[in-house]
Amino acid sequence: MSSLKLFIHPLSQPARAVMLFCRANSIPHEEVLVDLVKGAQHNEEYAKTVNPLKKVPVINHDGFFLKESVAILRYLARTFPVPDNWFPKDSISQAKVDEYLEWQHLNVRTFGTLYFAEKYIVPRTTKQPPNEKRAANFLKNYITVLNQVETIWLKDRPFVAGQDVSIADLLAASEMEQTVLGGYDVKEHHPKIKDYLERVRSGLQPHYDDVHSTLNKLALKMKATK
Amino acid sequence: MVLRLYFDKMSQPSRALLMFLRANQAAIPFEEVPVALRKGEHMQDEYLKINPFRKVPVIDHDGFKLTESVAILRYLCRTFPVPEHWYPKDSKQMAKVDEFMSWQHTTLRTHGSMFFQAIIIRPRMTGQPVNEKIVEFHGNQLKNVLDQLENIWLKDQQYIAGKDLTIADLLAVTELEQPGMAGYNVRKGYPVVTQYMERVRQRLQPHYDDAHDVVRKVEKMFAQQSQGKL
Repeated sequence: MSSLKLFIHPLSQPARAVMLFCRANSIPHEEVLVDLVKGAQHNEEYAKTVNPLKKVPVINHDGFFLKESVAILRYLARTFPVPDNWFPKDSISQAKVDEYLEWQHLNVRTFGTLYFAEKYIVPRTTKQPPNEKRAANFLKNYITVLNQVETIWLKDRPFVAGQDVSIADLLAASEMEQTVLGGYDVKEHHPKIKDYLERVRSGLQPHYDDVHSTLNKLALKMKATK
Repeated sequence: MVLRLYFDKMSQPSRALLMFLRANQAAIPFEEVPVALRKGEHMQDEYLKINPFRKVPVIDHDGFKLTESVAILRYLCRTFPVPEHWYPKDSKQMAKVDEFMSWQHTTLRTHGSMFFQAIIIRPRMTGQPVNEKIVEFHGNQLKNVLDQLENIWLKDQQYIAGKDLTIADLLAVTELEQPGMAGYNVRKGYPVVTQYMERVRQRLQPHYDDAHDVVRKVEKMFAQQSQGKL
C-alpha cells in the first residue's frame, strides 16, 4: 500500500500549492503539520529525518524524500493519474508551465515573501514594528512583478501558462494570496489578478478555501485589530 | 530546423546553456547569438520581441521562443537525443535534478549575483560607492549557501544531483564562478566544493574554459584593481 506524507504548514505558500494539488486530485495522502511558528523546522529531529535544509514543503513517498515545491509538483504529476492539463505531456505546453515555475522564484515569490516577512513575521519575532521603508520598497517591486503577471503571463490567456489551469497556477495563486497577511490584498489593487484568482479558486473549491482558511482567518483578525 | 541561443557570457545561466549546447553539438545544431548586456542591447526595443523580460538566455527553436534556463534545459533534453545522464528518465533521479535546479534560484544564484552586482554593477550604474552593508549581507548568505553545498548537497556524492553529471551541475558551477569576479573566493575553506568544480570542469572541457574566458578576464582585472588600491 503506497503512502504519501506531506510536511506542510498553511502559512507556507509552496506548501499550500502541494496540498491543493493532492486534495484537488484526490491523491491519498497524510498532511503532517510542521509548526513553523514555533520554529519546528529547526529541530534536530526534523533536520535529521525530514529536511536538513529545514524548510517545508517536503514529501515522503514510500521512503523517497523530496523537497522544493516545483520538483514535488512535477514528480506528483507524473507519478499519480491526474488530468494532463496540470503538467501537459505536449512538449511546448509543458515548457510554458516550466517557464512560469522557474520565473516565479525570483519575482512573485521573492518580493511577496519579503513584504510579508517584514510586515507580519518581523513584528512577531523581534517584538519591534516593521521597517516601513523596507516594506514599501519590497511592495514597489512586488507591484512591478504583479504588473508583469497581468501584462505578460496573463496576456491573451486565462491561466499563467495557457488555456487551462496547471501546477504553475497553484504556485501563482498561493503566492498572491499571501500578502493579505501583510496588509496588501492584491485583489483590491489589481483587477485582472482579482479575476484570475477567482478563476483559479472557483475551479478548485472547496479545497482552495480550505487550504487558505488559516491565512484568511489571521488576515481578518489583523484587519479587526487595526 | 534552426535553434538559436541568445546569450551573454557574463550571465551565469547563459554560460550553462552555452556549455550544454556546445557539448551536445552533434545532437543539437544551433546558432549562437550574442547579446551585449554591457552595451544595453537587452534594453533595446528589438530585443523586446525576443524576450519581454529583457533577459538572457533565450532560445528560439523554429519560432518557439523560450526563456528561463531551467525550462530551456528541460525542453532541450526531451526534444533532442542527448545522452541520458544529462536528465535521467528515472522519475526519482529526475526529481533530484529538479530539486537542485529549484533550490538554487533563491540561494546560490541570488547571493552570488547580488554580491557581484553590489560590488561591480551598482557603483558603475549609479556612480555611488559600494554599499558595504549589502555586500556584507550577501557575503554572509553566500557563506551559508556554500556550507550547505559542502555538507549537504555534495555529501557522499560526486555531482550535485547524484552519481553523474546532469543539467543541475551546469547551473551550479556557473553560479559558483560568478562572485569570483568581485573578489569572493568560493573555493577557500570549501575542499568538497573545490574538488566538485574541478570535476565538472574536466567533464565539460574545452567548453568550460571557453564559456568562462570573459569571467577569467574580469577576475584578473578585479584582482589587479584591488591590488592597485592597496
